[in-house]
Amino acid sequence: MFDLDRWREIFQSINKNRLRSVMSGFTVAFAILLFTLLFGVASGLGNFFKTAFADDAQNMMFVRVGKTTKPYKGLQRGRRVQLKNTDYNYITDEYADNIQYQTARIYKNFSIKHKNKANTYSVRAVHPDHQFLEKTIIDEGRYLNERDLKSKSKVIVIGRLIKKDLFGEKLALGKRVNVNGSSFLIIGIFSDEGGDNEERMAYMPITTAQMMYGNNDYINQINLGYNPDLSTDAAIAFGEKVERDMRKKLNIHPDDQSALSVRNMAEANKFVGVIMFALYLIIAFIGSGTLVAGIIGISNIMIFVIKERTKEFGIRKALGAKPSSIVGMVVQESVLITTLAGYAGLSLGTYILSLVGNSLEEQYFIKDPSVSPGIVISATIILIISGLIAGYVPAKRAAKIKPIVALRAD
Amino acid sequence: MAIYSFNYFRRKLTIQMIKIEKLHKSYPIGKDSLHVLKGIDLHIKEGEFVSIMGSSGSGKSTLLNIVGLLDEHDEGDYYLNGQLIKDLNEKKAAILRNKFLGFVFQSFNLISYKTALENVALPLYYKGMARKERLKIALEYLDKVELKDWANHLPNELSGGQKQRVAIARALVTNPKVVLADEPTGALDSTTTDNVMDLLKAINDEGMTVFVITHEEEVAEQTKRIVRLKDGIIISDTVTSVAKAV
Repeated sequence: MFDLDRWREIFQSINKNRLRSVMSGFTVAFAILLFTLLFGVASGLGNFFKTAFADDAQNMMFVRVGKTTKPYKGLQRGRRVQLKNTDYNYITDEYADNIQYQTARIYKNFSIKHKNKANTYSVRAVHPDHQFLEKTIIDEGRYLNERDLKSKSKVIVIGRLIKKDLFGEKLALGKRVNVNGSSFLIIGIFSDEGGDNEERMAYMPITTAQMMYGNNDYINQINLGYNPDLSTDAAIAFGEKVERDMRKKLNIHPDDQSALSVRNMAEANKFVGVIMFALYLIIAFIGSGTLVAGIIGISNIMIFVIKERTKEFGIRKALGAKPSSIVGMVVQESVLITTLAGYAGLSLGTYILSLVGNSLEEQYFIKDPSVSPGIVISATIILIISGLIAGYVPAKRAAKIKPIVALRAD
Repeated sequence: MAIYSFNYFRRKLTIQMIKIEKLHKSYPIGKDSLHVLKGIDLHIKEGEFVSIMGSSGSGKSTLLNIVGLLDEHDEGDYYLNGQLIKDLNEKKAAILRNKFLGFVFQSFNLISYKTALENVALPLYYKGMARKERLKIALEYLDKVELKDWANHLPNELSGGQKQRVAIARALVTNPKVVLADEPTGALDSTTTDNVMDLLKAINDEGMTVFVITHEEEVAEQTKRIVRLKDGIIISDTVTSVAKAV
């Protein structure tokens, strides 16, 4: 229903009454501005949460053990629970379908030495899947592989900062370092978004560590990446099942949290999701409330405008304007003002958010606050509908004006 | 057959442009109602130049509003150009007004933010005519009322007489069947009154039916037929000397 003449009429009327049109658009512009800013801040918080956990894979689960605090099946409390390779294999066999990645971990603190430079670093002895669970980024060379594990090779992958400490700017890949007295070949250098601590770390094959340091099959921790196809709830249920089964297998009291715990990122994800949902709900509530106020504002001013233009509508009707043409004109004017004002608010809001950028990340945990194109599109639709609603009542009034009454109004 | 032809010719010669029979109209005032028109019979043929005279309260404005399809009558019949006016909704009334009627008001009723040309072109917009064409036609009619040079002026830049001439051009632009003028000279001084009346006479001379409402004797005397209204009934219906002179 694009009617150039209609638009011409509307632009003429808006142009002749600029102040009035700006005033009526103001509330809507303000509502959308507020909504944009709030929404941007919320998405900024959301972005912060996301990157805060981005260091590790989102689908990570840790199985950790400690000392028992409750006696169980004739076993005394205070017993130290030890995970072994059999536990690792048990999980592989039992839950293969639900697992994307799996690795065991042994923690060691070793001095690593190259020529005359030496320092003590955390060393993790792991399986190759660890790379994906920790989101380790290989800068040079390669990560550990199955062959390294099978042959129990004395190879090591060092963090970017270890390389910097020991080698400076010189080439480190392919060089040998002394780890706790044994010579290891550097096969890779990595970086990690988790910060300096994660980059002052080294990885070696778990089999090598088990052979060299104790000659046993002990492991400290098992990390899993659950199948990403699982829903959050299914993933949480999976975590609970692993916890129950492992307790049974290791003879631990079902409620003994310190003896064995499974930390599941799915729970954290769910928690963040719930918080973000609540936040968006609040914002939607505030935003829509303000928008409703804006709509009522426009509607109110339009009613006043109709009153002011009673005579004009009377003349138009006397000259042959149909009621539908009057309704169309008023509604279209309302939609135009609402949409323009809304976009003004949206643009201003987006501009302010872009100025703010990441400056609030440190103090207020707001990262890259912005509104997505989806929001802009739905805002457009909402604005048009708002304009229709705001214009409807005044338009109906205008259409009801009787020409004789209007023409009498001098 | 012969009778048929005779009737046909008679009708052809004397088309009843406005035919009003036993017309009644009341307005509710609180619980009571005010009986304004009490059985009006009035026939106006095509090409007539009629004035309705009467003091205020005589019902002449109500009559004009009903004739102009701006108001509805309660009882009686009203035929406009042979068409029975009954149960009109707003849309139909708007279409008929646009097609058959041209209005001239006492207070001009031009739209203040539109130029003289745009005001004249407005009825053509509601007729659905393209912009270029309607502006061209509007300019022709402005030329006819000798205001071509004022086409792009806003109403507040025009004198009273000029405004009324713009309004007359607007009334004529759709080439209606009847021009209805409600106290067209009520807001004008005597010189401009004469100008406007001369213009209406000229329009009538071209064959247009003109229907004027006035309370001024001098104005009524320039029309060809005077219908006097008092308390809602017609008290006299006379042909003037102007008509006899023609």
